[in-house]
Amino acid sequence: MSLSNLRLEPEIKADAPEREFTIKARTQGQMVRARFFRHRGAMIGFGAIMFVVIIAYTSIGFGPIPGWWGLDFSSTGELVNEGRPTLDLIPFVDGDGLAIGAHPFGQDTIGRDYFALTMRGTQISLMVAFVIGILSTFLGTVAGAISGYYGGTSEAVIMRFTDLLLTIPVLIVAAVVGQGFGDSGPFFLAVVLSLLIWTYLARLVRGEFLSLREKEFVEAARAMGASSTRIIFRHMLPNCIGTIIVSATLTIAAAILIEAALSYLGFGVQSPDTSLGLLISTYQTAFSTRPWLFWWPGLFIITIALSVNFIGDGLRDAFDPRQTRVRA
Amino acid sequence: MAAYIIRRVLASLLILLAATFLMFALVSLSGDPLAEFVNNPDQDQKALLIQARTEALNLDKPFLVQYFLWLGGALGCIVPGMGCDLGVNLSNQPVTSLLSDAFPTTLQLVLAATVLSIVLGVAIGIISAIRQYSAFDYTITFAAFLFFSLPIFWVAVLLKEFGAIKINNWLADPAVTIPVALVMAGFSALFFSAIIGGTRKRRTLVALAAGAGGIAVFALLVTSGWFVNPGMGPGLVTLGALAGAVGATLLFTNLENRRVLFIALATAVVGVVIAYSATPLLEDPSWFTLFGLGVVATLVGVGIAALFGDIDRAAAIRASVVTSVIVGLLVFMDKTISSFAAYSASVNGRPIATVGSKTPNFEGTFWETTLDTMTHLALPTIAIMLISFAGYSRYSRASMLEVMNADYVRTARAKGLTERTVVLRHAFRNALIPIATLAALDFGAVIGGAIITETVFGWKGMGVLFTSAVGNFDTYQIMGVFIVTAIAVLIFNLIADISYAVLDPRIRLS
Repeated sequence: MSLSNLRLEPEIKADAPEREFTIKARTQGQMVRARFFRHRGAMIGFGAIMFVVIIAYTSIGFGPIPGWWGLDFSSTGELVNEGRPTLDLIPFVDGDGLAIGAHPFGQDTIGRDYFALTMRGTQISLMVAFVIGILSTFLGTVAGAISGYYGGTSEAVIMRFTDLLLTIPVLIVAAVVGQGFGDSGPFFLAVVLSLLIWTYLARLVRGEFLSLREKEFVEAARAMGASSTRIIFRHMLPNCIGTIIVSATLTIAAAILIEAALSYLGFGVQSPDTSLGLLISTYQTAFSTRPWLFWWPGLFIITIALSVNFIGDGLRDAFDPRQTRVRA
Repeated sequence: MAAYIIRRVLASLLILLAATFLMFALVSLSGDPLAEFVNNPDQDQKALLIQARTEALNLDKPFLVQYFLWLGGALGCIVPGMGCDLGVNLSNQPVTSLLSDAFPTTLQLVLAATVLSIVLGVAIGIISAIRQYSAFDYTITFAAFLFFSLPIFWVAVLLKEFGAIKINNWLADPAVTIPVALVMAGFSALFFSAIIGGTRKRRTLVALAAGAGGIAVFALLVTSGWFVNPGMGPGLVTLGALAGAVGATLLFTNLENRRVLFIALATAVVGVVIAYSATPLLEDPSWFTLFGLGVVATLVGVGIAALFGDIDRAAAIRASVVTSVIVGLLVFMDKTISSFAAYSASVNGRPIATVGSKTPNFEGTFWETTLDTMTHLALPTIAIMLISFAGYSRYSRASMLEVMNADYVRTARAKGLTERTVVLRHAFRNALIPIATLAALDFGAVIGGAIITETVFGWKGMGVLFTSAVGNFDTYQIMGVFIVTAIAVLIFNLIADISYAVLDPRIRLS
C-alpha cells in the first residue's frame, strides 16, 4: 500500500489555511541507514576503519597490484639513525616542519621498513578477521535457521553439536590446529577458526526463529503453499537480519583479537607471513630499547577492533532504537 | 530439580566423552611425537629413543586403542580405588602431578581477577545505568569499548614497563615530581566529579577542588614517608570502620533509622576492639586463626543486632554483617600494608614483581608472604580485570536499563518509595539475575583464557603447560589440560543454568 503523496484537505471551513500533508514511504533499510548515519561513534569508527583498509591495501600493494609506498616489507637495509621513526607530527617544537620522512614507523632490527611490515601485517590480520566474520556468520545462520525452523531431530543434533563446540575453549583447539596445519597459510587458519566460532550466532538465530515460527505471516505463507526454503529466506530471515549483521560485526572485532592472540602465542600466522600479533610477539622484548616496534602494531589492532566495535554498536542501535534515544 | 540436575550431568558426561575423542583425534593428527628423533645421526641411539617413547605413549597401538587406554586411565580419577593415570608427557613426567601443581596457580590468578572484575564491573554498570546519558555514562561506555578492544598481551607488556619498572624506580626514591603530581590530580578530579554529578558548574568546582586536594594529600603522603613505610594505624582503621558502618546502614535502610545506625556503629567499634586486642595473636597467624577471629567478630555483631534490633532486626543483622566484613577487610589490609617496609627490603627494593607467582625461597611472616602473593598478583590481575570489567559493565548496564523500564519499578515509584529503595530493593536484585548466569559461564571460559596472561607474566600454570605441550606435540599433556578445562567449563555451565532457575522464580525447570 503506497502512502506517497497522500494529500489531506480539511473540507470544513473556507477560511482555514490549506495544509498539505505528505508522507514519504521509507523502507526498513532506509530507516536503518538513516539512524546509523546519525550515530556519531559509528561514523567515526567507519571512517577510521575505511582509512586503515585503504592505507593497508594500497600502500604496499596487494598480490600483483603494486602500491604507492616505495619500500618493500621484506627487503633489509641499513639502519638509519638506529631505526628510529622519522614521522614528525609536532611541527614547531624541534625546529622541523611536519614530515613523513623515509621511515615513518622506523625500522626493525635488521633494517626492514617498519611501515611496510606493519601494513603487511594489517593486510593479513584484516583478511583473516573478515573471512572469519563472513564464514562464521554464514554457517551460524544456516545452522540456526535449520534447527529453529524444522525442530525435532535436526534441532537436537545441531544444538548438541553447538554445546560440544562451546565446551571446548576456542584458544585451545585453535592452537592445536594452528600448530599442526599452520604452514598452510593464513586463509586456511581463517577457515578453521570460522568452523569453531559459529555457534554463538546459531543459538541467537535459532531463538529468533523459534519465536518467528509461531507468527501469523508464517502460517499464512504455509497455507498459501510456500515451500519451506521460500518461507525461511523470504519471510523469516529478513526479520532476523538485524541480529545477524550486528553479530557479524562483533565477530569480526573478536576475530581480530583472537587471531592476534594466536599469532602472539606462535600458533597462528607463521613466518614468512606476518600479522600484527606476530609482530608484537617478535618485538616485545625490544620495548625498552626500540619502543616503536611495539607501539605501532598494537595501535593498529586497537584501532581496528575499536572501530568495528563502535560500528557494531551503531548498527545495534540502528536496528533496535528501543535501547537508546535515537538522537544522542 | 534433582531430576533436571541428573539429566544435565549425564548429558554433560556424554558431551565430555565426545569432546575428548575429538580432541584426541585432532592432537594425534596434527603432529608426530617422534618427529624430533628423525634427524638423529646415531642409529642405535635413535632406535632406543624411538622405542622408549613408543612404549611410554602407546604409539604402536592403533588410534582407538590409544584413546580407550587413555580414557580408562582418566576414568580411574573419578572412580575411587583405581589409579588416576592421565599418561606421561614427552619427558616421562606423569601428567597428573604436573596438573596438580599447575591448577592451583591458575586458579589463584583467575579467581582474584574474576571476582574483582565482577564486583567492579557490576557496580559501575549499575551506576552508569542509573545515570544514563550523563557524562559519567558516556565516559564509562567509551572506556568499556576501549578496554574491550585491547589485546591483553600488549596491555601486559605495557603494564610490566609502566606499572612495575617505573613504579619500582619511583618507590626507591619517592618524590613529588611534576608528572606524577599531575597524574594524581587528574585521577582525583575525574573520579570525584564523576561520582558527585550535577550541573556543569558544580562539576567543574568539584573537579578543581578534588584536583587540588589530590595533590595536597599526595604531597603530604610523600613528605611524611608513607610510601617508604606505609600503614593505616588504629586511628584510620577505626575511621574507616565507622564510615563502613554508615555505608552499610545506607545500603539497607536510611540514615534516619537511628537504631540500625547505632547497631552498625557498635559492631564496627567491637570489631576494631577485638582486632587490636588480639594483636599478639595476629603477629604471625594462620588462615585458621584469621577465619576464627572473623567469625567471632561477625557473631558478636549479629548478636548485638538480634538483641537490640527490635522491629528492624532483619536490616540490623544485614547491616552488622556487612560492617563486620568491612572491618575485617580493613584490619587485614592494615596489617598487610604495614609489613611493606620489611618486605621491600627483602626483595631488594623492587616490590612490584613482573614474573612468577611468588618470590622463590621467600621466608617471612604471614603478612609478608601475603604481601608477596599480592604484589605478584597485582599486574596480571589488572591486565585481566581491564578487559573483563568492560564486558561486565556493559552487560550489567544493559540489564539494569531493561529492569528500570519495567512495570514493577514504575509501580514501586508510584507507591511513593524513595528512589534508593526502588533501585536497591527492586531493580538491583532483578538486574543481577542475568549477571549471575553470565558470571558462571564466563568463569568457566576464563580458566582457558588465562593462557596468554600466564605466558606473558611467567606464571607456571596450566596455560604454560599447554603452550609448551602444543609446541612439542605432546599428546597426553594437551589432553590433561584439555580435560581439566572442559570439566571446569561444564561444571560452571551447569551452575549457571541452575542459578538461573534458583534466582528467578518464574523459571521452572522442565
